Amino acid sequence: MEVPRHWRLRQQRYALVGEVCPHCDAKLFPPRDVCPHCGQEARTRFTFSGRGEVYSYTHMSDAPAGFEQNAPYTVALVKLEEGPLVTAQLTDLDGKPVEIGMPVEMVTRRIRSDDGEKGILVYGYKFRPVLAGPR
Amino acid sequence: MSDVVIAGVSQTPVGEHWDWSLRNLAAQAVQAGRRDAGGLMPQVVYIANVLASTVSHQANLGSLVASNAGLAGVEGVTVEAAGASGGAAARMAFLAVSSGIVDVAMVLGVEKFTDQAYAEAETALAQTMDADYESMQGATPTSQAALLMQRYLHDYNVQHDCFAGFPLNAHANAAHNPNAFFRKPISRQVYEQAETVNEPFNIFDAAPYADGAAALILTRSDIVPKDVGHGLVRITGSSIVTDTLALHDRTDPLAFQAAGFSIERACSQAGILPQDADLFELDDAFSIYAALSLEAAGFARGGEAWRLAEQGQIALGGSVPISTMGGSKGRGNPVGATGVYQLVEAALQLRGEAGKNQIPGARRALVQSLGGPASTAVTHVLEKLI
Ligand SMILES: [Zn+2]
Repeated sequence: MEVPRHWRLRQQRYALVGEVCPHCDAKLFPPRDVCPHCGQEARTRFTFSGRGEVYSYTHMSDAPAGFEQNAPYTVALVKLEEGPLVTAQLTDLDGKPVEIGMPVEMVTRRIRSDDGEKGILVYGYKFRPVLAGPR
Repeated sequence: MSDVVIAGVSQTPVGEHWDWSLRNLAAQAVQAGRRDAGGLMPQVVYIANVLASTVSHQANLGSLVASNAGLAGVEGVTVEAAGASGGAAARMAFLAVSSGIVDVAMVLGVEKFTDQAYAEAETALAQTMDADYESMQGATPTSQAALLMQRYLHDYNVQHDCFAGFPLNAHANAAHNPNAFFRKPISRQVYEQAETVNEPFNIFDAAPYADGAAALILTRSDIVPKDVGHGLVRITGSSIVTDTLALHDRTDPLAFQAAGFSIERACSQAGILPQDADLFELDDAFSIYAALSLEAAGFARGGEAWRLAEQGQIALGGSVPISTMGGSKGRGNPVGATGVYQLVEAALQLRGEAGKNQIPGARRALVQSLGGPASTAVTHVLEKLI
Protein backbone atom coordinates (compact mmCIF):
# COMPACT_ATOMS: atom_id res chain seq x y z
CA MET A 1 0.00 0.00 0.00
CA GLU A 2 1.02 3.53 -0.71
CA VAL A 3 2.91 5.17 2.15
CA PRO A 4 2.38 8.83 1.11
CA ARG A 5 -1.32 8.30 0.87
CA HIS A 6 -1.67 6.94 4.38
CA TRP A 7 0.63 9.66 5.70
CA ARG A 8 -1.51 12.33 4.05
CA LEU A 9 -4.65 11.00 5.74
CA ARG A 10 -3.15 10.59 9.22
CA GLN A 11 -5.08 13.43 10.86
CA GLN A 12 -8.36 12.11 9.56
CA ARG A 13 -7.54 8.53 10.51
CA TYR A 14 -6.13 9.16 14.00
CA ALA A 15 -8.08 12.20 15.15
CA LEU A 16 -11.18 12.66 12.98
CA VAL A 17 -9.96 16.01 11.75
CA GLY A 18 -12.46 17.43 9.31
CA GLU A 19 -13.46 20.95 8.49
CA VAL A 20 -15.86 23.66 9.50
CA CYS A 21 -17.03 25.85 6.67
CA PRO A 22 -16.06 29.47 7.43
CA HIS A 23 -18.99 30.66 5.30
CA CYS A 24 -21.98 28.61 6.47
CA ASP A 25 -20.61 26.88 9.59
CA ALA A 26 -21.29 23.35 8.24
CA LYS A 27 -19.18 20.67 9.91
CA LEU A 28 -17.63 18.39 7.29
CA PHE A 29 -16.15 14.92 7.59
CA PRO A 30 -14.47 13.66 5.51
CA PRO A 31 -12.99 17.03 4.56
CA ARG A 32 -13.97 18.44 1.18
CA ASP A 33 -12.30 20.95 -1.06
CA VAL A 34 -15.58 22.76 -1.59
CA CYS A 35 -18.40 22.97 0.96
CA PRO A 36 -21.37 20.94 -0.35
CA HIS A 37 -23.81 23.17 1.51
CA CYS A 38 -22.80 26.63 0.24
CA GLY A 39 -20.37 25.96 -2.61
CA GLN A 40 -17.51 27.99 -1.13
CA GLU A 41 -14.05 26.83 -0.14
CA ALA A 42 -13.90 25.00 3.17
CA ARG A 43 -10.37 24.75 4.56
CA THR A 44 -10.73 25.47 8.29
CA ARG A 45 -9.76 22.49 10.42
CA PHE A 46 -12.25 21.11 12.86
CA THR A 47 -11.66 18.16 15.16
CA PHE A 48 -14.74 16.06 15.74
CA SER A 49 -15.55 14.81 19.23
CA GLY A 50 -15.65 11.19 18.10
CA ARG A 51 -19.03 10.65 19.70
CA GLY A 52 -22.06 9.56 17.73
CA GLU A 53 -24.60 6.83 17.22
CA VAL A 54 -25.09 3.90 14.87
CA TYR A 55 -27.11 4.96 11.80
CA SER A 56 -26.90 1.54 10.15
CA TYR A 57 -24.71 -1.56 10.33
CA THR A 58 -23.96 -4.88 8.69
CA HIS A 59 -22.06 -7.93 9.88
CA MET A 60 -19.65 -9.12 7.20
CA SER A 61 -18.58 -12.73 7.07
CA ASP A 62 -16.58 -12.49 3.82
CA ALA A 63 -13.79 -9.96 3.93
CA PRO A 64 -12.11 -8.30 0.96
CA ALA A 65 -8.34 -8.64 0.55
CA GLY A 66 -6.42 -6.95 3.37
CA PHE A 67 -9.20 -7.46 5.92
CA GLU A 68 -9.26 -11.26 6.21
CA GLN A 69 -7.73 -11.20 9.67
CA ASN A 70 -10.60 -9.08 10.95
CA ALA A 71 -13.40 -11.27 9.58
CA PRO A 72 -16.12 -11.51 10.65
CA TYR A 73 -16.48 -7.81 11.36
CA THR A 74 -19.16 -5.14 11.53
CA VAL A 75 -19.25 -2.14 9.21
CA ALA A 76 -21.43 0.79 10.23
CA LEU A 77 -22.55 4.20 9.19
CA VAL A 78 -22.01 6.26 12.32
CA LYS A 79 -23.82 9.57 12.72
CA LEU A 80 -21.39 11.91 14.50
CA GLU A 81 -22.94 14.21 17.08
CA GLU A 82 -21.83 17.20 14.99
CA GLY A 83 -23.92 15.93 12.05
CA PRO A 84 -21.93 14.05 9.39
CA LEU A 85 -22.16 10.32 8.72
CA VAL A 86 -18.96 8.29 8.58
CA THR A 87 -18.27 4.73 7.37
CA ALA A 88 -16.30 2.74 9.96
CA GLN A 89 -15.96 -0.62 11.63
CA LEU A 90 -17.43 -1.22 15.06
CA THR A 91 -15.12 -2.80 17.61
CA ASP A 92 -15.05 -4.05 21.20
CA LEU A 93 -18.57 -5.39 20.82
CA ASP A 94 -17.82 -8.44 22.98
CA GLY A 95 -20.93 -10.18 21.73
CA LYS A 96 -23.12 -7.17 22.47
CA PRO A 97 -25.91 -6.93 19.86
CA VAL A 98 -25.69 -3.84 17.65
CA GLU A 99 -28.73 -1.62 17.28
CA ILE A 100 -29.51 1.43 15.23
CA GLY A 101 -29.28 4.42 17.59
CA MET A 102 -26.68 2.77 19.82
CA PRO A 103 -24.24 5.39 21.22
CA VAL A 104 -20.64 4.85 20.09
CA GLU A 105 -17.30 6.57 20.43
CA MET A 106 -14.17 6.66 18.34
CA VAL A 107 -11.07 4.65 19.15
CA THR A 108 -7.88 4.14 17.15
CA ARG A 109 -7.23 0.59 16.01
CA ARG A 110 -5.50 -1.32 13.28
CA ILE A 111 -7.90 -1.17 10.36
CA ARG A 112 -5.99 -3.04 7.72
CA SER A 113 -2.91 -5.16 7.26
CA ASP A 114 -1.26 -5.23 3.88
CA ASP A 115 0.46 -8.51 3.44
CA GLY A 116 2.43 -7.28 0.48
CA GLU A 117 6.19 -6.87 0.44
CA LYS A 118 6.08 -3.62 2.45
CA GLY A 119 3.92 -5.14 5.17
CA ILE A 120 2.30 -1.86 6.17
CA LEU A 121 -0.22 -1.83 8.99
CA VAL A 122 -2.83 0.88 8.65
CA TYR A 123 -4.24 2.40 11.83
CA GLY A 124 -7.33 4.54 12.01
CA TYR A 125 -10.70 5.16 13.57
CA LYS A 126 -13.17 2.52 14.62
CA PHE A 127 -16.12 3.01 16.95
CA ARG A 128 -16.97 1.12 20.12
CA PRO A 129 -20.12 1.12 22.25
CA VAL A 130 -20.26 3.83 24.92
CA LEU A 131 -20.45 1.71 28.01
CA ALA A 132 -22.26 3.69 30.67
CA GLY A 133 -22.89 7.08 32.17
CA PRO A 134 -24.45 10.24 30.77
CA ARG A 135 -23.17 11.37 27.38
CA MET B 1 -30.27 17.38 -33.48
CA SER B 2 -30.71 14.04 -35.25
CA ASP B 3 -33.04 11.27 -34.15
CA VAL B 4 -31.13 8.28 -32.82
CA VAL B 5 -32.25 4.71 -33.40
CA ILE B 6 -30.96 1.35 -32.25
CA ALA B 7 -30.18 -0.45 -35.51
CA GLY B 8 -28.74 -3.60 -34.00
CA VAL B 9 -28.24 -5.45 -30.73
CA SER B 10 -26.30 -8.48 -29.55
CA GLN B 11 -25.43 -10.34 -26.35
CA THR B 12 -23.39 -13.33 -25.34
CA PRO B 13 -24.72 -15.64 -22.65
CA VAL B 14 -23.85 -14.33 -19.17
CA GLY B 15 -21.89 -16.73 -16.98
CA GLU B 16 -18.50 -18.10 -16.06
CA HIS B 17 -16.76 -18.27 -19.41
CA TRP B 18 -13.50 -20.01 -18.57
CA ASP B 19 -12.72 -20.58 -22.25
CA TRP B 20 -13.23 -17.01 -23.40
CA SER B 21 -11.00 -14.03 -22.72
CA LEU B 22 -12.01 -10.40 -22.59
CA ARG B 23 -11.15 -9.95 -26.26
CA ASN B 24 -13.02 -13.12 -27.33
CA LEU B 25 -16.17 -12.00 -25.57
CA ALA B 26 -15.91 -8.52 -27.04
CA ALA B 27 -15.40 -9.83 -30.57
CA GLN B 28 -18.46 -12.07 -30.35
CA ALA B 29 -20.66 -9.17 -29.35
CA VAL B 30 -19.15 -6.81 -31.95
CA GLN B 31 -19.68 -9.24 -34.81
CA ALA B 32 -23.19 -10.28 -33.78
CA GLY B 33 -24.16 -6.64 -33.24
CA ARG B 34 -22.99 -5.66 -36.70
CA ARG B 35 -24.85 -8.60 -38.28
CA ASP B 36 -28.05 -7.58 -36.48
CA ALA B 37 -27.63 -4.04 -37.85
CA GLY B 38 -27.43 -5.30 -41.44
CA GLY B 39 -23.63 -5.12 -41.54
CA LEU B 40 -23.26 -1.46 -40.55
CA MET B 41 -19.68 -0.44 -39.80
CA PRO B 42 -19.36 1.82 -36.76
CA GLN B 43 -17.10 4.87 -36.89
CA VAL B 44 -16.71 4.88 -33.14
CA VAL B 45 -16.98 2.29 -30.38
CA TYR B 46 -17.60 3.26 -26.79
CA ILE B 47 -16.54 0.42 -24.52
CA ALA B 48 -18.17 0.00 -21.14
CA ASN B 49 -15.89 -1.83 -18.73
CA VAL B 50 -14.92 -1.57 -15.08
CA LEU B 51 -12.54 -4.37 -14.15
CA ALA B 52 -10.16 -5.03 -17.06
CA SER B 53 -7.33 -2.87 -15.72
CA THR B 54 -7.26 -4.75 -12.41
CA VAL B 55 -8.75 -8.19 -12.99
CA SER B 56 -7.22 -8.75 -16.44
CA HIS B 57 -4.29 -6.27 -16.12
CA GLN B 58 -5.51 -4.69 -19.35
CA ALA B 59 -6.11 -1.04 -20.15
CA ASN B 60 -6.69 0.78 -23.47
CA LEU B 61 -9.53 -1.47 -24.55
CA GLY B 62 -10.40 0.84 -27.44
CA SER B 63 -7.37 -0.27 -29.37
CA LEU B 64 -7.45 -3.89 -28.22
CA VAL B 65 -11.11 -4.50 -28.96
CA ALA B 66 -11.20 -2.63 -32.25
CA SER B 67 -8.17 -4.35 -33.72
CA ASN B 68 -9.20 -7.80 -32.51
CA ALA B 69 -12.82 -7.59 -33.68
CA GLY B 70 -12.43 -6.33 -37.23
CA LEU B 71 -12.87 -2.65 -36.48
CA ALA B 72 -9.22 -1.71 -37.07
CA GLY B 73 -8.65 2.01 -37.06
CA VAL B 74 -12.01 3.12 -35.66
CA GLU B 75 -12.27 5.63 -32.86
CA GLY B 76 -12.51 3.70 -29.61
CA VAL B 77 -12.38 4.60 -25.93
CA THR B 78 -13.43 3.12 -22.61
CA VAL B 79 -16.26 4.71 -20.62
CA GLU B 80 -16.26 3.91 -16.91
CA ALA B 81 -18.90 4.78 -14.34
CA ALA B 82 -18.90 1.67 -12.13
CA GLY B 83 -22.13 -0.32 -12.57
CA ALA B 84 -23.51 2.49 -14.72
CA SER B 85 -20.75 2.16 -17.33
CA GLY B 86 -23.00 0.49 -19.91
CA GLY B 87 -25.62 3.21 -19.65
CA ALA B 88 -22.93 5.89 -19.70
CA ALA B 89 -21.34 4.45 -22.85
CA ALA B 90 -24.77 4.43 -24.51
CA ARG B 91 -25.18 8.07 -23.51
CA MET B 92 -21.86 8.93 -25.22
CA ALA B 93 -22.95 7.12 -28.39
CA PHE B 94 -26.31 8.89 -28.24
CA LEU B 95 -24.58 12.29 -27.97
CA ALA B 96 -22.22 11.44 -30.84
CA VAL B 97 -24.99 10.42 -33.23
CA SER B 98 -27.50 13.08 -32.21
CA SER B 99 -24.84 15.76 -32.72
CA GLY B 100 -24.59 14.75 -36.37
CA ILE B 101 -20.81 14.36 -36.11
CA VAL B 102 -20.95 10.55 -36.04
CA ASP B 103 -23.23 8.50 -38.32
CA VAL B 104 -22.85 5.07 -36.75
CA ALA B 105 -21.71 4.43 -33.18
CA MET B 106 -21.30 1.14 -31.37
CA VAL B 107 -21.78 0.66 -27.63
CA LEU B 108 -19.93 -2.39 -26.41
CA GLY B 109 -20.24 -3.61 -22.85
CA VAL B 110 -17.70 -6.24 -21.88
CA GLU B 111 -16.68 -7.60 -18.51
CA LYS B 112 -14.41 -10.48 -17.56
CA PHE B 113 -15.02 -11.12 -13.88
CA THR B 114 -13.80 -14.68 -13.53
CA ASP B 115 -10.12 -14.12 -14.39
CA GLN B 116 -9.43 -13.74 -10.66
CA ALA B 117 -10.57 -15.60 -7.58
CA TYR B 118 -13.78 -14.17 -6.16
CA ALA B 119 -12.17 -12.29 -3.22
CA GLU B 120 -9.69 -10.52 -5.51
CA ALA B 121 -12.38 -9.61 -8.02
CA GLU B 122 -14.58 -8.27 -5.25
CA THR B 123 -11.67 -6.19 -3.97
CA ALA B 124 -11.33 -4.81 -7.49
CA LEU B 125 -15.02 -3.92 -7.42
CA ALA B 126 -14.50 -2.05 -4.15
CA GLN B 127 -12.41 0.43 -6.16
CA THR B 128 -15.68 1.88 -7.38
CA MET B 129 -16.25 3.21 -3.84
CA ASP B 130 -14.48 6.01 -1.97
CA ALA B 131 -11.02 4.47 -1.55
CA ASP B 132 -9.88 6.69 1.34
CA TYR B 133 -13.06 6.63 3.41
CA GLU B 134 -15.11 3.54 2.46
CA SER B 135 -13.05 0.66 1.09
CA MET B 136 -10.18 1.50 3.49
CA GLN B 137 -12.63 0.77 6.33
CA GLY B 138 -13.31 -2.72 4.98
CA ALA B 139 -16.57 -1.81 3.26
CA THR B 140 -17.54 -3.38 -0.08
CA PRO B 141 -20.35 -2.68 -2.56
CA THR B 142 -22.29 -5.52 -0.94
CA SER B 143 -21.88 -4.05 2.54
CA GLN B 144 -23.04 -0.65 1.25
CA ALA B 145 -26.24 -2.26 0.00
CA ALA B 146 -26.63 -4.12 3.30
CA LEU B 147 -26.28 -0.85 5.24
CA LEU B 148 -29.07 0.62 3.14
CA MET B 149 -31.30 -2.41 3.64
CA GLN B 150 -30.75 -2.39 7.41
CA ARG B 151 -31.74 1.27 7.62
CA TYR B 152 -34.75 0.66 5.36
CA LEU B 153 -36.00 -2.11 7.65
CA HIS B 154 -35.59 0.23 10.61
CA ASP B 155 -37.12 3.38 9.13
CA TYR B 156 -40.14 1.66 7.60
CA ASN B 157 -40.57 -0.99 10.27
CA VAL B 158 -40.66 -3.93 7.84
CA GLN B 159 -39.13 -7.41 7.93
CA HIS B 160 -36.35 -8.68 5.68
CA ASP B 161 -38.62 -11.11 3.81
CA CYS B 162 -40.58 -8.20 2.34
CA PHE B 163 -37.79 -8.09 -0.29
CA ALA B 164 -38.53 -11.65 -1.48
CA GLY B 165 -40.61 -10.46 -4.44
CA PHE B 166 -37.61 -8.97 -6.23
CA PRO B 167 -35.41 -12.06 -6.58
CA LEU B 168 -38.49 -14.24 -7.12
CA ASN B 169 -39.56 -12.10 -10.08
CA ALA B 170 -36.02 -11.92 -11.47
CA HIS B 171 -35.48 -15.68 -11.34
CA ALA B 172 -38.93 -16.41 -12.80
CA ASN B 173 -38.13 -14.20 -15.78
CA ALA B 174 -34.57 -15.47 -16.19
CA ALA B 175 -35.93 -19.01 -16.57
CA HIS B 176 -37.01 -18.11 -20.12
CA ASN B 177 -33.95 -16.09 -21.09
CA PRO B 178 -31.48 -18.28 -23.02
CA ASN B 179 -28.66 -15.84 -22.16
CA ALA B 180 -29.28 -15.85 -18.42
CA PHE B 181 -26.79 -17.18 -15.86
CA PHE B 182 -29.50 -18.69 -13.62
CA ARG B 183 -32.41 -20.24 -15.44
CA LYS B 184 -34.32 -21.73 -12.53
CA PRO B 185 -37.16 -20.09 -10.63
CA ILE B 186 -36.77 -19.93 -6.84
CA SER B 187 -39.48 -20.30 -4.23
CA ARG B 188 -40.33 -17.97 -1.39
CA GLN B 189 -39.30 -20.68 1.03
CA VAL B 190 -35.85 -20.93 -0.55
CA TYR B 191 -35.45 -17.15 -0.21
CA GLU B 192 -36.57 -17.04 3.39
CA GLN B 193 -34.25 -19.89 4.39
CA ALA B 194 -31.19 -18.73 2.45
CA GLU B 195 -27.85 -18.16 4.11
CA THR B 196 -27.28 -14.67 5.50
CA VAL B 197 -24.12 -13.16 4.03
CA ASN B 198 -24.08 -9.53 5.13
CA GLU B 199 -26.74 -9.28 7.83
CA PRO B 200 -29.57 -8.51 7.11
CA PHE B 201 -28.73 -9.55 3.59
CA ASN B 202 -28.94 -13.10 2.23
CA ILE B 203 -27.38 -14.64 -0.87
CA PHE B 204 -30.49 -13.90 -2.95
CA ASP B 205 -30.33 -10.17 -2.20
CA ALA B 206 -27.17 -9.76 -4.29
CA ALA B 207 -26.93 -10.42 -8.02
CA PRO B 208 -24.15 -12.82 -9.03
CA TYR B 209 -21.18 -11.20 -10.78
CA ALA B 210 -20.31 -12.87 -14.07
CA ASP B 211 -18.69 -12.52 -17.49
CA GLY B 212 -20.51 -11.19 -20.53
CA ALA B 213 -20.50 -8.89 -23.54
CA ALA B 214 -23.33 -7.08 -25.28
CA ALA B 215 -23.52 -4.46 -28.00
CA LEU B 216 -25.79 -1.84 -29.51
CA ILE B 217 -25.44 -0.02 -32.82
CA LEU B 218 -26.85 3.51 -32.81
CA THR B 219 -27.43 5.51 -35.97
CA ARG B 220 -29.97 7.68 -37.77
CA SER B 221 -32.99 5.90 -39.23
CA ASP B 222 -32.12 6.90 -42.82
CA ILE B 223 -28.81 5.02 -42.54
CA VAL B 224 -30.31 1.69 -41.41
CA PRO B 225 -30.20 -0.84 -44.28
CA LYS B 226 -33.70 -1.41 -45.70
CA ASP B 227 -33.37 -5.19 -45.36
CA VAL B 228 -32.31 -5.10 -41.69
CA GLY B 229 -35.15 -7.52 -40.92
CA HIS B 230 -36.34 -6.27 -37.55
CA GLY B 231 -38.11 -3.34 -35.94
CA LEU B 232 -36.28 -0.19 -34.89
CA VAL B 233 -36.22 1.47 -31.51
CA ARG B 234 -35.71 5.18 -30.99
CA ILE B 235 -33.88 6.72 -28.04
CA THR B 236 -36.08 9.63 -26.98
CA GLY B 237 -34.53 10.46 -23.62
CA SER B 238 -31.04 10.17 -22.17
CA SER B 239 -29.61 11.45 -18.91
CA ILE B 240 -26.70 10.98 -16.52
CA VAL B 241 -26.84 12.43 -13.02
CA THR B 242 -24.20 12.05 -10.30
CA ASP B 243 -24.51 12.11 -6.51
CA THR B 244 -21.78 11.84 -3.86
CA LEU B 245 -19.51 8.83 -4.35
CA ALA B 246 -19.62 7.84 -0.68
CA LEU B 247 -22.90 6.86 0.90
CA HIS B 248 -21.98 8.71 4.10
CA ASP B 249 -21.78 12.06 2.30
CA ARG B 250 -25.56 12.14 1.79
CA THR B 251 -28.23 13.68 3.99
CA ASP B 252 -30.68 10.88 3.17
CA PRO B 253 -28.92 7.75 1.91
CA LEU B 254 -32.26 6.01 1.17
CA ALA B 255 -33.35 8.73 -1.26
CA PHE B 256 -31.33 7.66 -4.34
CA GLN B 257 -31.65 11.26 -5.45
CA ALA B 258 -29.59 10.93 -8.64
CA ALA B 259 -31.78 8.02 -9.75
CA GLY B 260 -34.88 10.17 -9.36
CA PHE B 261 -33.42 13.21 -11.13
CA SER B 262 -32.14 11.13 -14.00
CA ILE B 263 -35.59 9.57 -14.56
CA GLU B 264 -37.17 13.03 -14.47
CA ARG B 265 -34.75 14.47 -17.03
CA ALA B 266 -34.93 11.55 -19.45
CA CYS B 267 -38.73 11.43 -19.26
CA SER B 268 -39.09 15.15 -19.75
CA GLN B 269 -36.91 14.97 -22.88
CA ALA B 270 -39.13 12.18 -24.16
CA GLY B 271 -42.28 14.08 -23.18
CA ILE B 272 -43.59 11.24 -21.04
CA LEU B 273 -44.24 10.41 -17.42
CA PRO B 274 -42.49 7.39 -15.91
CA GLN B 275 -45.91 5.71 -15.65
CA ASP B 276 -46.26 5.89 -19.45
CA ALA B 277 -43.54 3.24 -19.85
CA ASP B 278 -44.58 -0.37 -20.47
CA LEU B 279 -41.52 -1.71 -18.68
CA PHE B 280 -38.74 -0.44 -16.42
CA GLU B 281 -35.37 -2.14 -16.68
CA LEU B 282 -33.93 -0.89 -13.41
CA ASP B 283 -30.72 -1.77 -11.60
CA ASP B 284 -31.29 -4.78 -9.36
CA ALA B 285 -27.66 -5.50 -8.49
CA PHE B 286 -29.10 -5.75 -4.96
CA SER B 287 -32.76 -6.24 -4.07
CA ILE B 288 -32.69 -3.07 -1.96
CA TYR B 289 -31.54 -1.13 -5.06
CA ALA B 290 -34.61 -2.33 -6.98
CA ALA B 291 -36.85 -1.05 -4.18
CA LEU B 292 -35.07 2.30 -3.83
CA SER B 293 -35.05 2.79 -7.62
CA LEU B 294 -38.81 2.23 -7.86
CA GLU B 295 -39.32 4.73 -5.05
CA ALA B 296 -36.92 7.32 -6.54
CA ALA B 297 -38.73 7.06 -9.88
CA GLY B 298 -42.06 7.73 -8.19
CA PHE B 299 -43.65 4.31 -8.68
CA ALA B 300 -44.04 3.93 -4.92
CA ARG B 301 -43.69 6.08 -1.84
CA GLY B 302 -40.68 5.66 0.43
CA GLY B 303 -40.89 2.30 2.18
CA GLU B 304 -43.57 0.88 -0.12
CA ALA B 305 -41.87 -0.44 -3.27
CA TRP B 306 -41.77 -3.95 -1.80
CA ARG B 307 -45.59 -3.87 -1.86
CA LEU B 308 -45.45 -3.57 -5.68
CA ALA B 309 -43.42 -6.77 -5.65
CA GLU B 310 -45.80 -8.53 -3.24
CA GLN B 311 -48.80 -7.54 -5.36
CA GLY B 312 -47.24 -8.82 -8.59
CA GLN B 313 -47.05 -5.31 -10.08
CA ILE B 314 -43.40 -5.83 -11.07
CA ALA B 315 -44.17 -9.09 -12.92
CA LEU B 316 -44.50 -9.32 -16.71
CA GLY B 317 -48.25 -8.73 -16.52
CA GLY B 318 -48.08 -6.05 -13.82
CA SER B 319 -48.31 -2.27 -13.97
CA VAL B 320 -44.54 -1.74 -13.86
CA PRO B 321 -42.70 -4.84 -15.10
CA ILE B 322 -39.03 -4.86 -14.04
CA SER B 323 -36.11 -7.20 -14.77
CA THR B 324 -38.17 -8.63 -17.63
CA MET B 325 -35.35 -10.91 -18.83
CA GLY B 326 -34.14 -11.71 -15.34
CA GLY B 327 -32.32 -8.52 -14.40
CA SER B 328 -28.87 -8.69 -12.85
CA LYS B 329 -30.23 -11.08 -10.24
CA GLY B 330 -31.26 -13.78 -12.74
CA ARG B 331 -29.40 -12.93 -15.93
CA GLY B 332 -26.22 -12.24 -13.97
CA ASN B 333 -24.29 -9.04 -13.36
CA PRO B 334 -21.42 -8.45 -15.78
CA VAL B 335 -20.72 -5.12 -14.03
CA GLY B 336 -19.67 -2.67 -16.76
CA ALA B 337 -21.59 -4.56 -19.44
CA THR B 338 -24.81 -4.75 -17.43
CA GLY B 339 -26.20 -1.44 -18.66
CA VAL B 340 -25.76 -2.59 -22.25
CA TYR B 341 -27.57 -5.87 -21.51
CA GLN B 342 -30.43 -3.86 -20.00
CA LEU B 343 -30.71 -1.73 -23.15
CA VAL B 344 -30.48 -4.79 -25.42
CA GLU B 345 -33.25 -6.52 -23.45
CA ALA B 346 -35.50 -3.47 -23.51
CA ALA B 347 -34.91 -3.06 -27.26
CA LEU B 348 -35.86 -6.72 -27.82
CA GLN B 349 -39.09 -6.17 -25.82
CA LEU B 350 -39.96 -3.21 -28.06
CA ARG B 351 -39.06 -5.19 -31.20
CA GLY B 352 -41.42 -7.92 -30.04
CA GLU B 353 -38.56 -10.42 -29.77
CA ALA B 354 -38.62 -11.20 -26.05
CA GLY B 355 -39.98 -14.73 -26.53
CA LYS B 356 -41.92 -16.14 -23.60
CA ASN B 357 -41.22 -12.96 -21.63
CA GLN B 358 -42.73 -10.67 -24.25
CA ILE B 359 -44.84 -7.87 -22.80
CA PRO B 360 -47.74 -7.69 -25.26
CA GLY B 361 -47.78 -4.46 -27.23
CA ALA B 362 -44.78 -2.95 -25.44
CA ARG B 363 -44.06 0.42 -27.01
CA ARG B 364 -42.00 2.32 -24.48
CA ALA B 365 -39.29 1.36 -22.00
CA LEU B 366 -37.38 3.07 -19.22
CA VAL B 367 -33.86 1.76 -18.70
CA GLN B 368 -31.78 2.81 -15.73
CA SER B 369 -28.27 1.78 -14.64
CA LEU B 370 -26.62 2.75 -11.38
CA GLY B 371 -22.96 3.17 -10.50
CA GLY B 372 -22.70 2.28 -6.82
CA PRO B 373 -25.68 3.26 -4.64
CA ALA B 374 -26.88 5.71 -7.32
CA SER B 375 -23.61 7.64 -7.11
CA THR B 376 -24.11 7.74 -10.86
CA ALA B 377 -27.52 7.17 -12.43
CA VAL B 378 -28.07 6.83 -16.17
CA THR B 379 -31.56 6.67 -17.65
CA HIS B 380 -32.69 6.14 -21.23
CA VAL B 381 -36.18 6.20 -22.69
CA LEU B 382 -36.66 3.83 -25.63
CA GLU B 383 -39.66 3.93 -27.94
CA LYS B 384 -40.74 1.56 -30.66
CA LEU B 385 -40.43 3.25 -34.05
CA ILE B 386 -43.68 2.78 -35.93
ZN1 LIG C 1 -20.42 26.14 3.55
